[in-house]
Amino acid sequence: MKRNLPLFFAFFCGILVIVSEFIPHRPFSMLIDTLQNWFMIISGFAIILGQISLFQSNLSKIKQKESGWIFYLAGLLSFCLMLIVGLLWGTQETGGIFGHGLKLQASLGAKPFDYLFDFAYMPLSATMFSLLAFFIASAAYRAFIIRSFESNLLMITAVIVILGRTSFGGMLTAWVPESYKFWQLPNLSDFIMEFPNSAAQRAIMISAALGIIGSSLRIILGIERSYLGSDK
Amino acid sequence: MKALLLVIGLSLFSLCLFASQQAFWVQDVPWDEGKALTLNWHTAADSIQLQKADSLGVWETIYIGSSQPPIYTDSDLTPGTNYAYRLIIPQKATADSLFYTAEAKTLEQWIYMNKLSYLLILLVISGAIMYYVQSARMGKDYFIRRIGGLDSMEEAIGRATEKGKPILFVPGIGDLDDIQTIASLTILSHLAQRSAEYDTKLIVPCRFSMVLSAAREVVKEAYLRVGKPDAYKEDNIFYLSDDQFGYVAGIDGIMVREQPAANFFLGSFYAESLILAETGYSTGAIQTSGTAQASQLPFFVVSCDYTLIGEELFAASAYLSRDPQQLGSLKGHDFGKLLVIILILTGVITEIIGWHWFKAFFEGAQ
Amino acid sequence: MSVVNSSQTERRIVFLILLVAVALPLIFPIGWKTGVTNYTKMVWELVESTPDSSVVIFSFDYDPSTMTELQPMAEAMLDHAFSRHQKVLVTALWPQGMQMADQAIKVVKAYHPDITYGQDYVFMGYKVAGIVAIQAMGKDMEQVFPADQSGTKYKDIPMLREVKTLKDVAYVNSLSSGTPGIKEWVMAARDVYHTPVTGGTTAVSAPGLIPYVNSQKQLYGLLGGLKAASEYETLINRVGSATVKMDAQSVAHLLILLFIAAGNIKALRARKRRAS
Repeated sequence: MKRNLPLFFAFFCGILVIVSEFIPHRPFSMLIDTLQNWFMIISGFAIILGQISLFQSNLSKIKQKESGWIFYLAGLLSFCLMLIVGLLWGTQETGGIFGHGLKLQASLGAKPFDYLFDFAYMPLSATMFSLLAFFIASAAYRAFIIRSFESNLLMITAVIVILGRTSFGGMLTAWVPESYKFWQLPNLSDFIMEFPNSAAQRAIMISAALGIIGSSLRIILGIERSYLGSDK
Repeated sequence: MKALLLVIGLSLFSLCLFASQQAFWVQDVPWDEGKALTLNWHTAADSIQLQKADSLGVWETIYIGSSQPPIYTDSDLTPGTNYAYRLIIPQKATADSLFYTAEAKTLEQWIYMNKLSYLLILLVISGAIMYYVQSARMGKDYFIRRIGGLDSMEEAIGRATEKGKPILFVPGIGDLDDIQTIASLTILSHLAQRSAEYDTKLIVPCRFSMVLSAAREVVKEAYLRVGKPDAYKEDNIFYLSDDQFGYVAGIDGIMVREQPAANFFLGSFYAESLILAETGYSTGAIQTSGTAQASQLPFFVVSCDYTLIGEELFAASAYLSRDPQQLGSLKGHDFGKLLVIILILTGVITEIIGWHWFKAFFEGAQ
Repeated sequence: MSVVNSSQTERRIVFLILLVAVALPLIFPIGWKTGVTNYTKMVWELVESTPDSSVVIFSFDYDPSTMTELQPMAEAMLDHAFSRHQKVLVTALWPQGMQMADQAIKVVKAYHPDITYGQDYVFMGYKVAGIVAIQAMGKDMEQVFPADQSGTKYKDIPMLREVKTLKDVAYVNSLSSGTPGIKEWVMAARDVYHTPVTGGTTAVSAPGLIPYVNSQKQLYGLLGGLKAASEYETLINRVGSATVKMDAQSVAHLLILLFIAAGNIKALRARKRRAS
């Protein structure tokens, strides 16, 4: 029963969603609306589930004084701080339990939640993304080594695209006459992105889409069950 | 006499045509869920006004403006209901207005005709998959080529066990409604089973709570399957953050602190793929990645030892389980690929020779 | 994958040089000009050709991590939309998206001090469930957005009186750095309800979305990364943050080319050593 009920739901809902994609008539159109509403409500509640998990797993690590427990404590305190200031004074236009905290706003220049968001969370988050620039540089340094004909081709393409995506690339080939403007680096780069790149992307996308159809069908028909934790 | 009859006939035909040329008429939008009507008019006037009668019969203005194009679609109506409309054409010369009324009933249809091509492709591919699944059930043996990334799983687990270090499994940044995440969880099921057999710690950080619940269930069941329910630790499968790069920062921290011997990045990945893979590379772990996000594949290929490209991610469950039914479904994918190739080639040829109906039929699906 | 210490040292040298190379143009701007590419022009044309007073959706499907690339796009596009007197419904499929929207609106208000909340723009808040939420918008907007962020009921918001479903929206602009994002808007809004969809994404994710910019216009152009943002700023005659940052990005790209060359020289020397 524990296994069969989810399988039945997967089958019923899966078939219903597919059928309602092609049949506009009631009751299909109504049922799909209901299913969509259910999904949105469940997704909303699932957020609470994540917060509880975060709280529990960090708390148990702090209690057991696992190595690096101080980091888990910092994480938990940050979580509580944001939660409390958000609840008490709200965010943006929304007020909290104590209203909009006008006095605090006057001294901080923003609501406490927004202040922390702007001056702590945002710079930290942007720093993480900026790591990408460093990793791209180190990965490029390793990846584009000439070994064979194919790797030669890859490197030449990379050089054209990288140069074409800079302001400098445009200036470098600005002297090329208008009648030969295809050979200007930005245009050449656009061509590579628009045609060879898109062709390869589309091929991968189409085959992945077929994989998605197959996987979905296996799940709907109950052939694929390992996502429920069982093979049988 | 013949000529006279011909003249009379032509005159009558012209009269009929003129009579049928209405100034204002309302039609149900064909092949829809019965929630829209189209209002059409013939007028030389520059501007018009459209009104709709509400349930009490009071006229409400729904459109004032140019008469071109001579069509207006009123949507969000109730299916199976009669609606009355009025077209008002202001007459500047007489400071008066011409009124035309028309009514129509919204009708629900049983099929979206513009999605017919969609439906046909889906039926053919689904039919092929089911046919091959059935023939696999009857005992037909299907060949599947080697997938290096999946073969490496044993090697990675072995290495983690030897070193006494954990395995890190990242199910991507997609939620449970992303099929890539589901495919990732099916691989997690097999991986968790093997790690339970070898008593190797498996760490699964999750970005979404729904993925967390599913991942916990998958790993718990895997431990139960090998008869080691006590070895299952719920705390090893945990929620990190909904924030994309907060999640990445958390995983990077785990990689640096815990130094996993093997990293698996399987699922939906975006801009964070290279940050994850490069951090993993710097720790010296064996890395296996897989995604259907074509734009992130180059990053994984550069920094990981093995990469599952696109559909290989979806074939993983069949490959690992060797279940004939699942292998049969892979054969169905191959049939799908053949069909797509044929359709693309046919499309190119028909466009070249000027038969645009073929492309138009498939564009109807959009 | 085995990593030797020298490789780690090389990585750190690469990081250090890159840091200096990116920092210098930010301190001492070079002022290189950026040409406009077709994809950016398409986005601009969609906004430009949309009639005055049309209601449009700006979906902030990113968080602060990718704001370096996406925030300049948001500001430039909002600026353009307000200058065309379009009414902007602001929403987010990512939880932190609304904060990003709030910041972008604050910046744009400096150029358009006359815009008023409820008349010219409205914050409808974060929506869970990604593509399912978009599908629901296609059927009934009020059901998805019963009230705006400050609690005003949907039917009481002046600019939304005529907007019942996605079909009543002139276009959707999704600024996205992952999932849910542009792809979901294309699948649920463009392909089903024929509402034009445009948007912007990070440079590393752009190649994956380019196939959607096709003859059927599943995606009306695409802004990919900082360069596209600076191109958009050029089109609306504004010197924004993207234009300022482009020098640094161009220098970084050139440096990466130098790294590639250095990597090849090193590999060549290693090969020669092995041969001898």
